[in-house]
Formats: sequence, C-alpha cells, structure tokens
Amino acid sequence: MATTNSAEPTRRDFLYIATAATGAVGAGFAAWPFIHQMNPDASALALSTTEVDISAIQPGQIVTVKFRGKAMFVRRRTKGEIDAARKDDTAALPDPAKDADRVKPGKDEWLIVSGVCTHLGCTPVGTAGGRGDFDGWFCPCHGSHYDTSGRIRKGPAPLNLPVPEYQFTSDTVVLITDLKNA
Amino acid sequence: MAGHSTYQPQNAIAKWLERRLPIISMMHGQAVAFPTPRNLNYFWTFGAIAMFMLITMILTGIVLVMHYTPHTSLAFNSVEHIMRDVNYGWLIRNLHQNGASLFFIAVYMHILRGLYFGSYKEPREVLWILGVLIFLLMMATAFMGYVLPWGQMSFWGATVITNLFSAFPIVGDPVVSWLWGGFSVDNPTLNRFFALHYLLPFMILGVVVLHIWALHVSGNGNPTGVEVKSEQDTLPFHPYYTIKDLFAVAVFFIFFLIFVFYMPMFFNHPDNNIEANPLVTPAHIVPEWYFLPFYAILRAVPDKLGGVLAMFGAIAVMFILPWLDTSKIRSMTYRPIAKVFFWLFVVACVALGYLGAAPAEGLYVVFSRIFMAIYFGYFVFLFVIGLVEKPKPLPNSITESVLS
Ligand code: HEM
Ligand code: FES
Repeated sequence: MATTNSAEPTRRDFLYIATAATGAVGAGFAAWPFIHQMNPDASALALSTTEVDISAIQPGQIVTVKFRGKAMFVRRRTKGEIDAARKDDTAALPDPAKDADRVKPGKDEWLIVSGVCTHLGCTPVGTAGGRGDFDGWFCPCHGSHYDTSGRIRKGPAPLNLPVPEYQFTSDTVVLITDLKNA
Repeated sequence: MAGHSTYQPQNAIAKWLERRLPIISMMHGQAVAFPTPRNLNYFWTFGAIAMFMLITMILTGIVLVMHYTPHTSLAFNSVEHIMRDVNYGWLIRNLHQNGASLFFIAVYMHILRGLYFGSYKEPREVLWILGVLIFLLMMATAFMGYVLPWGQMSFWGATVITNLFSAFPIVGDPVVSWLWGGFSVDNPTLNRFFALHYLLPFMILGVVVLHIWALHVSGNGNPTGVEVKSEQDTLPFHPYYTIKDLFAVAVFFIFFLIFVFYMPMFFNHPDNNIEANPLVTPAHIVPEWYFLPFYAILRAVPDKLGGVLAMFGAIAVMFILPWLDTSKIRSMTYRPIAKVFFWLFVVACVALGYLGAAPAEGLYVVFSRIFMAIYFGYFVFLFVIGLVEKPKPLPNSITESVLS
C-alpha cells in the first residue's frame, strides 16, 4: 500500500469522494427544514383579502387600512391633485410611471397604494400639512417625498408606492386582493 | 500558557484534582501569576468593565425572562407588569435597559483604546478580529432586545433595520420575509428575536473566552507599544491588576447606577412607552444612541443599496484594519501626524452620532457626508501615512519609559 503512488484515481479515492458528496447533500437536506421553518407559515400565507367601504371618504382625504399587517392608503383625490399628477407624467421621475396606469379606468379619483415606504418600510405621513414637497406623502424616517400619484419624487426611496391588485365590487366597496410587487 | 504558574497543590484534594483536571493551576497561571506590563493605564480597565457588564446583562436578562411574555398582544403589558408589579422588577429592568447602553460605552472605550494604542497590530490581529466579532454580536443582541418590549420604537426600528436587507438585488425580498416569518414585523418576528436574544449573549461569552485566550497567547499590549522584553517589565496580574480593574469597575458601576436610580429613562426614547402600532410611524425614528453613527452613514448615501453597503462597510473595515495600517509603530503617542487624524476620526464618530439623530435633510445630510468621508478616509490615511511618516524615538523598554 505504502508504495502505491500513482496519479491514477483508486477505488478508495472514489469511495472518499462519493461518501463526502453524499454527506454534503444529506447535510443540505437536513438543514433545509431548519431554514425553511422561519419562512411565512401556513397561517400567514392564508391571509384574507381586505374589503374597504369607501362611501364616507371625502375628496382630499386619505384613509389608512390594514392589509396583511401593513398599511394600505385609499386616497380620494381632488381635481387639482389629479391634474398635478397628470402634469408630472413627463417630469423627471426616478421610477417613471403614468398616473393613468396607477388608477382604474374612469376612477381617476381613487388612488390605492401600499402604505409601505419603498426605502425601509416606514408608513409615510399623509396628514394635511405634512404631505411633503409634492403634496402626496412624506416619509419621516429618511425623508422620502411621494407625489399625488404615490410616485417617488425625492429622497432615498427607489420606487413608487406599489399599486395592489384590487377591484371595485360596487361603487362604494373596494376589494384588495394581492400585493404582488411589494 | 500554563507555564506562568508557580502554583503547587498543597492539600490532598487539590493534588488529586490536579492530576485529573489541572484547572486550579491553569486559573492560577492565567489570572494570578500572569505577567502583565507594569505600565497599563486606566484605558486598559475597560475590558474588565465590559466583562462585568456582560455578566450583569446575562443575570438581569434571565430574571426578566421569568416575567416577560413574548407575544405581540402581551409583550408590552408584561414589561409594564415587570415595572409595576414584580418585586424589584423596576430595578432589574432598569439595570438591563441602562446596562445595554453602559455596556456599549465600555466597549466603545475599549475599541478606541485599541485604535489609539495600535492594539490591533501584529501579533494581535486575531485578538482584534474576535473583538470586532463580539461587537457585531452585541449589536445584533441589543437590536433584538430593543424589539422585545414591543413599543413604537421597537416595532419601527425592527421594520427599518430588517428592511435594510431588501436593498440586495434578487435575494433581498425573500430574505426579508424569511427574517419576519410573514409579510411584516409581527408575532413570528417577536418570537424568533426573543429566542435569539436569549442565545446570542452566551455566544458572546464563548467568543470572549477565545478573545482572552488569544490575549494570553500574545500578552497585553501597553501604552508605549514596545513589547515586554524582560520580567522587569511586568507585574503579576494578581494583586496589581485585579485591584486596579476592580477599582475601575466600581467607579464605572457608580456611573451606571446613577442612571439606573436617578434617570432610568435617559437613554430610552419616550415613544417606546407607547405600544407598537403598525399603521402609524413615529415622526422621528431614532435608533438607540449606540447605532447612531452607523445610521448617519446609512442616510448620508442617497442610494438605498449604497447606503446599506456603506453602513456595513463601516464595520467591515475594522476587520481588515490590521492590514490597512502600514506603520509598525503601535502607539499613537509616537506618531505625531497619525495622532492628529486619530482625534479627527473620533470627532467624526461623535459628529455622526449627533447627525444620526437629526432629521435627514438639508445641511445635516451635507455634514453627514463630510464626516463619513473622514471616517473612511482615516483608514486610507493610515495606509498611506505609515509608509512615509517619521515616528518619534521609542523608549528602549517599558521599564525605561516608566522610570524616566
Ligand atoms: C449582550 C447582552 C445583552 C444586551 C446588550 C441586551 C440588550 C437588551 C435591550 C437593549 C433590551 C431592551 C430594553 C428596553 O428597552 O426595555 C433588552 C430587553 C430584554 N432582554 Fe436583553 N440584552 C442582553 C442579554 C440578555 C439575556 C442574556 C437575556 C435572557 C437570558 C435577556 C433578556 C431580555 C428580555 C426578556 C428583555 C425584555 C424586557 C425589557 O424590555 O426590559 N437579555 N435587552
Ligand atoms: S423608510 Fe421611508 S424614507 Fe426610509
């Protein structure tokens, strides 16, 4: 044995490698449950949709509802706010989007966007007087300004406030069903 | 290592044990006879102070767990219950809460000592790296502990910090929801943070053991940066440094207890006395003061990923510092130019700490950028200056420097 010094792989080399490889794959499989247990569980995934009654919302008002544990903004925009958003379609936007694509056709008044700042997840402020430089929302955490279409205009946030999947089940009720891109 | 011991087991039991587990002679060699430079100043006591703080945190923490409930609907009230109903609960919690801040004060002094006296240099690189690791674990521990009382700052601090990971492309969002165990910071998050907050201090304790092991291989540095040359340069650890360390610990604990008894909410943010509300972000989210310099760096960079990388980079650079500093001279006392920049670096850290609590707008951001440049510039500077600087003459030995 001691004299064997060939470059030729031996049967023993093969066994070593095969054993080590099996062990590594096995360790990977064994580790997975310990990693995956931390992912959202069945009860978190089985989250319901959220229904919002919008009949009492006044023009210019923003209502915050809870969707999957986080804030969702329902904003009834004034004529001036819609015009401002449309006018800025052509402005230099960090995350270009047309205002018309962010609302349902014929429902220009209703802007529904996630209330989670795309920077680090704070809830931007939408109370009158505190809506930031573009009259939309202002995130106090690190100073992000959103416009009346929920688009990011200034500050560290990289993206617009995402528009969830929703539908008008009647003229006064909105059903929010999913938030794919947030 | 054990070679320093002059211990001879005297009685039969000690002799019996010595042959089976020579723990008494090991402790004697490491903590009694251990030769320690005779010229250590009070900056060398912060290691012992930090050790006492760690023990304080573990003891008070275990007691808190006996009364605390890790559930979003009960956590806040259980902490109020500790404050109002549990016998001496207020004391235990005030010790734990203020203890975290005082622990960081001690560790920051300890790190600054290392930076000024070049403790990170050959042959103490591993010792230094273990220290940076302890610092990282401490930050993780304190961050998760702060979430436990489930106040507004707990909740929003957790939201902002966990969201940092979303900055990374592709893996970012899955990692964040993995950390949360859901779609927002919620009960699963609180539960796992609780489990980890209990675990990490004991991991810190483990790394501290390695840290001290490494220390006892190279021996202590000292204010001159000249290594020990003969026995004349040293004193036995006990009683000389046990007494000096204990005296410093006592003074530090007086300082600590002033906060505990007379201003227990000094380091706390008032918003954290309001229960967490996922729909309302407080007007100013400020992390605990010990994170502020890093938070300022995060906000100084106008790009999300860039900010996150700069922030982590500010800590990561400490790991490679032993190889960034090209000078062989350890102590800044003998480096007239580098010393000026050292103090500039300290000023930058303090200034960043102030700016981290200020609103992220206007001049504050401009200054954050300037001081961030100084922070990182210091490390580049150390590399360059080491190659050209002309140091002051070093003493021939520790003894010579003490007697002259
Ligand atoms: C490295 C050591 C430790 C640090 C830096 C640390 C830090 C913290 C901080 C900052 C808080 C929040 C205090 C507040 O705002 O009320 C906290 C809370 C807590 N910690 Fe620790 N901790 C440490 C060790 C431990 C250990 C070892 C345990 C348990 C075995 C523990 C159990 C708790 C509990 C139950 C709370 C919630 C009660 C409260 O908020 O007062 N901690 N910790
Ligand atoms: S979380 Fe909104 S600006 Fe940072």
